[in-house]
Amino acid sequence: MNAPARITPTVIAAHGLRPDEYDRILALIGREPTMTELGIFSAMWNEHCSYKSSKKWLRTLPTTGERVICGPGENAGVVDIGDGLAVIFKMESHNHPSFIEPYQGAATGVGGILRDVFTMGARPIAAMNALRFGAPDHPRTRHLVGGVVAGVGGYGNSFGVPTVGGEVNFHRGYNGNILVNAFAAGIARTDAIFYSKASGVGLPVVYLGSKTGRDGIHGASMASAEFDDASEEKRPTVQVGDPFSEKLLLEACLELMASGAVVAIQDMGAAGLTCSAVEMGAKGDLGIELDLDKVPCREAGMTAYEMMLSESQERMLMVLRPEQELEAEAIFRKWGLDFAIVGRTTDDLRFRVLHKGKVEADLPIKDLGDQAPEYDRPHSKKPPPLPLVGDFASRDVGEDLLKILAAPDMSSRRWVWEQYDTLIRGDTMQRPGGDAGIVRVTATKALAFSADVTPRYCAADAFEGAKQAVAECWRNLTAVGAEPLAVTDNLNFGNPEKPEIMGELVDGIRGIGEACRALAFPVVSGNVSLYNETNGTAIPPTPAIAGVGLIDDLARTATIGFKAGGDAIYLVGAPANWGQHLGQSVWLREIRGEEAGLPPPVDLAHEKRVGDCVRAAIRAGLLSAVHDLSDGGLAVALAEMAMASGIGAVIETPANARALVPAFFGEEQGRYLVTVDAGNAEALARRAAAANVAIVRIGETGGNELKLGPARGIPVASLRKAHESWFPAFMAR
Amino acid sequence: MKSAVVVFPGSNRDRDVQVALETVTGQEPARVWYAETELPKVDLVVLPGGFSYGDYLRSGAIAARAPMMRAIADHAARGGLVLGVCNGFQILCEAGLLPGVLMRNASLKFICREVHLRVEAADTPFTRRYAKGQVIRTPVAHGDGNYRCDDETLARLRGENRVAFRYVDASGNTTVDANPNGSLDSIAGILNEKRNVLGLMPHPENLIEPLQGGIDGRALFEGLAA
Repeated sequence: MNAPARITPTVIAAHGLRPDEYDRILALIGREPTMTELGIFSAMWNEHCSYKSSKKWLRTLPTTGERVICGPGENAGVVDIGDGLAVIFKMESHNHPSFIEPYQGAATGVGGILRDVFTMGARPIAAMNALRFGAPDHPRTRHLVGGVVAGVGGYGNSFGVPTVGGEVNFHRGYNGNILVNAFAAGIARTDAIFYSKASGVGLPVVYLGSKTGRDGIHGASMASAEFDDASEEKRPTVQVGDPFSEKLLLEACLELMASGAVVAIQDMGAAGLTCSAVEMGAKGDLGIELDLDKVPCREAGMTAYEMMLSESQERMLMVLRPEQELEAEAIFRKWGLDFAIVGRTTDDLRFRVLHKGKVEADLPIKDLGDQAPEYDRPHSKKPPPLPLVGDFASRDVGEDLLKILAAPDMSSRRWVWEQYDTLIRGDTMQRPGGDAGIVRVTATKALAFSADVTPRYCAADAFEGAKQAVAECWRNLTAVGAEPLAVTDNLNFGNPEKPEIMGELVDGIRGIGEACRALAFPVVSGNVSLYNETNGTAIPPTPAIAGVGLIDDLARTATIGFKAGGDAIYLVGAPANWGQHLGQSVWLREIRGEEAGLPPPVDLAHEKRVGDCVRAAIRAGLLSAVHDLSDGGLAVALAEMAMASGIGAVIETPANARALVPAFFGEEQGRYLVTVDAGNAEALARRAAAANVAIVRIGETGGNELKLGPARGIPVASLRKAHESWFPAFMAR
Repeated sequence: MKSAVVVFPGSNRDRDVQVALETVTGQEPARVWYAETELPKVDLVVLPGGFSYGDYLRSGAIAARAPMMRAIADHAARGGLVLGVCNGFQILCEAGLLPGVLMRNASLKFICREVHLRVEAADTPFTRRYAKGQVIRTPVAHGDGNYRCDDETLARLRGENRVAFRYVDASGNTTVDANPNGSLDSIAGILNEKRNVLGLMPHPENLIEPLQGGIDGRALFEGLAA
């Protein structure tokens, strides 16, 4: 992509800058910018990098806590897990590129998030991904699913990180904009965490990793605009991933960090060299001077404009201690990576870019970030859907269950996660398929990971939906016995310039904030992806939440599978009639074909009380199996526990035998299923009573059928067949 | 028992096998860099899993030409033990230390799941802690595990009892469904003529302690330590 010759209103618009934003640039620098400078401003001031629409609201999120070492603003969030160790994690979207080029878009999404983690000195130990696709019958869906899954696996497997969890949804609301949200977590020593803030004047700025090419130019700007029918033409702006180089970069960076040579480090992600250099300088109150003649290039004849905007992958920028330059270079040469001193830190607070003896840019470095526009965009609330009224009955709840288990959105994701290496590093203690993935970090300690959001709830009520996303994540971590520590959020919304979309974003952030405060579950990193629209139609609001929990004693965790026949099954945290809320439920959608009503409200105090009680019971060794209730309610949760073990269960008929559907398929929040052997039943009842948590015995494990009240029993093998069939059949179509 | 794990650019299960060796044998293996030309004095050399050179050419093709491979060939020729797991198996085939080749999985997809193996040869240092015909669980995680060789080689492998492991179902039968990658004759691992070089696609190193879900892989390392 060549820079245009002259700055015209068309050129300014093509850079994603509005006329008033351009005027702001003129006022800031007192002259017309060079083309390279215009490119730099466009990179720094687009939505993706500047958070100009969301910043005002993001500030309201709780970001601190006893264990939080570093909250939002760095490459990833850092949380203390004891023993001198910290977990470093973040989730980030790669939505726009993945729609255009699914394999590379998803692969580089994974690469980017892994880099965010190891840039801070952590070795990645776990990955997850949250994927949303269009309707299964949409002509592009199969191609996108195949490409994205292969891309996520292709990168993560080769790099060598276990993928331990995630989500896949299908909904026509994503027909024109799929979502690919990638999460990574790593472990570092608390005394060896690396930040992007440069310090010291006259120190070498070093470029490391792969060479710079013409790929990905304006990628961040693309991610800040809507799609239209011509979006296919943006294919050249998608970067190409090289997991092999990333693996070498990881090893080289960790070796270099251990040598003590690194003062500051920043990966080249969105807007590559521009963003990384500006961030390091601005944070450290220093200027940066770059000499582009020294940048390792993949292609000859690249212009300053292209180099500053390239999003070539697997690159890092560092400020090094000059006395260790040679040592640092030797480490990089050993790993076969490029190493070049491309600039130095200065004391004049300017961002100066030189190329072929010419000053291509000379800008006030602090203003590039600090003076980025910030908007308080108008926001409005759309009217909430009408509450669901009426009685809902079914001929056969067992038949309904089979149908739901085989539905695209509810079927087993085995086809997906078997393409991910879930076991590498040998520390995976729970694989996908349970409530949370578990990865061991010391002989006795482990971390739990879960990613959650229920877009149909958010579409009906963004505030309650966002609360629910946080609550479900917290619940999933609790259900394996972990203490929820902190979250990273990935806010996927439409065009914030439309008041109703901005309203969804504001409500979503409010909901996350309220839930995170109530559950002491701070937000330590995150990413905002706006403009997920095609031809004016936005995606359902999708604030994905990925949480990390701490397990102190690996011997005291829980899994979802029934363990033996004869265990009592208790429903914990439920109303007297087990369940009643069918608004926005899976049953309503899959059996009645309706998306209607209000989503289930989340009572956060109740959520916390119930969860704390269940976690304590797990840690006391009382429970033989635990599962949270979410999509599909009680019946689906029971089926999952049976399928995970091959053991069946007989469930009683609820007190109100005419309300079978709400009892078995209602989606009240804050509920768990637990099993106990006879010896522990009383202890569990005592604990629940002391914690003011409702529990009710609903049945017993055993046999090889799942029998729901008066319905005929369904063999566990039939449940499995229904659950496992849809995905492979769909992909083989 | 002294061992060494060879690290190529792109190796990524080097740590896994290193931990397994250390856990089971009590001795920490040496790490050997691919660009070196001499092995330390060891009994066993392990080529670990991973994506050496990104698998960008054929899997294992570039690593097979690494400086260290000459020393490994000499070690094998002297009767020293060599174990190649996954990418290590691919490298051994590309280096000519084992016959045949590993092609793209029949499904054309990377596959990570637990499979069952039948131990076909228990008369080797690698498999002596298993019984012949024993069915064990073990994970696989690979994209190129589809073993292929010509008819003559296959006849020799069978005739000389050099198929070490076959993919089977839980009851020990070879079936199409139990074969995760389409390998010829359900082959999961093979031996060289002298039976001191073993290559296999599955990852016994990831199933050596109860917290990993089982210990069926442990006996391989116990056999080596004995």
